[in-house]
Amino acid sequence: MTSFKSFMSRQELIGILVIAAVLFVVMPLAMDIFRLNLFGKYLTYAFVAVGLVLCWGKCGILSLGQGVFFGLGGYCMAMYLKLEASTPEATAIQSTPGIPDFMDWNQITALPWFWEPFNSLTFTLLAIIIVPAVFAFIIGAAMFKRRVGGVYFAIITQAIAAILTILIIGQQGYTGGVNGITDLRTLKGWDIRTDEAKYILYYVNGALLIAVLLLSQIVLKSKLGRLLVAVRDQEDRVRFSGYDVSNIKIFVFCFAAVLSAIGGAMFTLQVGFMSPSFVGIVPSIEMVIFCAVGGRLSIFGAVYGTLLVNWAKTTFSETFPELWLFGLGALFIAVVLIFPNGLSGLYQSYLAPLVNRVASTGKRRGRQDTAPPPSSGFGADTSAKAAE
Amino acid sequence: MNMLNNNTDFLLSIENLTVSFDGFKAVDDLNLYVDENEIHVIIGPNGAGKTTVLDLICGRTRSTDGSIKFRNKELTDMREHEIVREGVGRKFQNPSIYEDLTVFENLELSFPRGRSVWGALTFQRDQDVKARVQEIADMVFLDDLLDKQAALLSHGQKQWLEIGMLLIQDPELLMLDEPVAGMSVSERKQTAKLLNEITKGRSVMVVEHDMKFVEDIAHRVTVLHQGRILSEGSMAKVQADPKVIDVYLGH
Repeated sequence: MTSFKSFMSRQELIGILVIAAVLFVVMPLAMDIFRLNLFGKYLTYAFVAVGLVLCWGKCGILSLGQGVFFGLGGYCMAMYLKLEASTPEATAIQSTPGIPDFMDWNQITALPWFWEPFNSLTFTLLAIIIVPAVFAFIIGAAMFKRRVGGVYFAIITQAIAAILTILIIGQQGYTGGVNGITDLRTLKGWDIRTDEAKYILYYVNGALLIAVLLLSQIVLKSKLGRLLVAVRDQEDRVRFSGYDVSNIKIFVFCFAAVLSAIGGAMFTLQVGFMSPSFVGIVPSIEMVIFCAVGGRLSIFGAVYGTLLVNWAKTTFSETFPELWLFGLGALFIAVVLIFPNGLSGLYQSYLAPLVNRVASTGKRRGRQDTAPPPSSGFGADTSAKAAE
Repeated sequence: MNMLNNNTDFLLSIENLTVSFDGFKAVDDLNLYVDENEIHVIIGPNGAGKTTVLDLICGRTRSTDGSIKFRNKELTDMREHEIVREGVGRKFQNPSIYEDLTVFENLELSFPRGRSVWGALTFQRDQDVKARVQEIADMVFLDDLLDKQAALLSHGQKQWLEIGMLLIQDPELLMLDEPVAGMSVSERKQTAKLLNEITKGRSVMVVEHDMKFVEDIAHRVTVLHQGRILSEGSMAKVQADPKVIDVYLGH
């Protein structure tokens, strides 16, 4: 029990239970399958936002290229699904049956070598984790070993996001170009477009998000979690305490990349396609805003921030499509200037004291938390209120 | 490269060390030796290269030429964390501590175990760690403040905390850059006492301006001027040296 307490405070336990309740009970009851599927799509961005909490909030590495990893995960999944949808029978009208339709349109006559392994689901699932991890490792090793950091790192990640988008659009025959990989149908013969499948995928997505939150909690509560904060505050002191700072940064960057990729893969499964518009600079920056609005120090806050901003985006862009981007910009400025720790910061300073006064009948005075403690479950109320 | 392969009995031997920044030689052909269990103080006017020498030893600045040997191991081509693991600790001029963490956590992170990513992930806060943190906290007058956030400490307490963070690593060579700068009179006295305590069984290099403090602690003094050694020896000898009086101490 003591080891559990050091892993998660009561507040954090409540936080994760509330998220689980919202995901598994409240939302499925409150929404029809169309809305729930949309909500599931938002949730896939929460994976990216949680990764950014560790990478940016805790360790101070601002990546403006998380869309790259989201895209890598999404494209890996899409390649598998596309191959399954491109049976010789289904593509009989093509000049080369058995290859994805967009390849046929681009006069490609055989499946490219790097598509071949994606016939295997096992390979695909491994690739969703390994490809972004290796890519992040290469970027991280190249940058952090040379002590590139701060704004320079942010600009380089942004450039990588731009490069990958251009590459995908340019190599139309291999990637589906600007349209992306579309018309995905089945997973191992199981139709992912039915309402039932959407329900199941939604729950899988929710369970994965909870798992990712728990995994992040393990990292944050270990000594490594405190080291992340130490690197952010006094990088030199960490280095002169005998740590190889670049390895710590590479680890957290890879970790965030893998989380993003899981989100991307779930995005493809739930939405049914993947395209470069989820890879480039704009989506990458939006992902940082999700994290900032929720609170970049709180993994729970990041989830609520993602949901709130996406909900607002859908609502506003339905009504005032041309105003949405201004609204998003204004929101980001407001977060930076007025509530730098986002929703979870607001919760901590205004709601938590009230909740604690009501809730704590006994004396429960634990050790002071390392970083500003994450938002607890009532963040849901905060986001709901803010949404109104 | 001017690599001298002669081994010495000194803990630290710096030979022909030169570093130039765009042609400006901040340290110029410097030879300096530190004995076991010696408190070696470096003094000199501003810009003499005192801090640069410490930076060169701990790997923060790369030398242009010359060698730095610690226990006959060449440090000039090692990376910072490797030098630390060899047993060289460095305290910076401004207290550099982790302000968002507690005093306990600051000391715990400095505890020399679990320094790899995996090691940090699986690190356990066991009795060894707790006992050692407590022991060091007692030494640096912070035993009542273990749960306090480091940002809330006074300036002097932050300096002590950083010294404690070095002590917990038990370095053989401790380098302190102006350890009493900005301290109150009583804090200075306590720090001098602390230094006398912690220097048992290790060598210490100190950069300091406060002559009274230097007099209290120094075994040997090196006076730097424009990257070169102006004078070296006991405090009394250095203070009597007319060259030193000219450029630094004043008449």
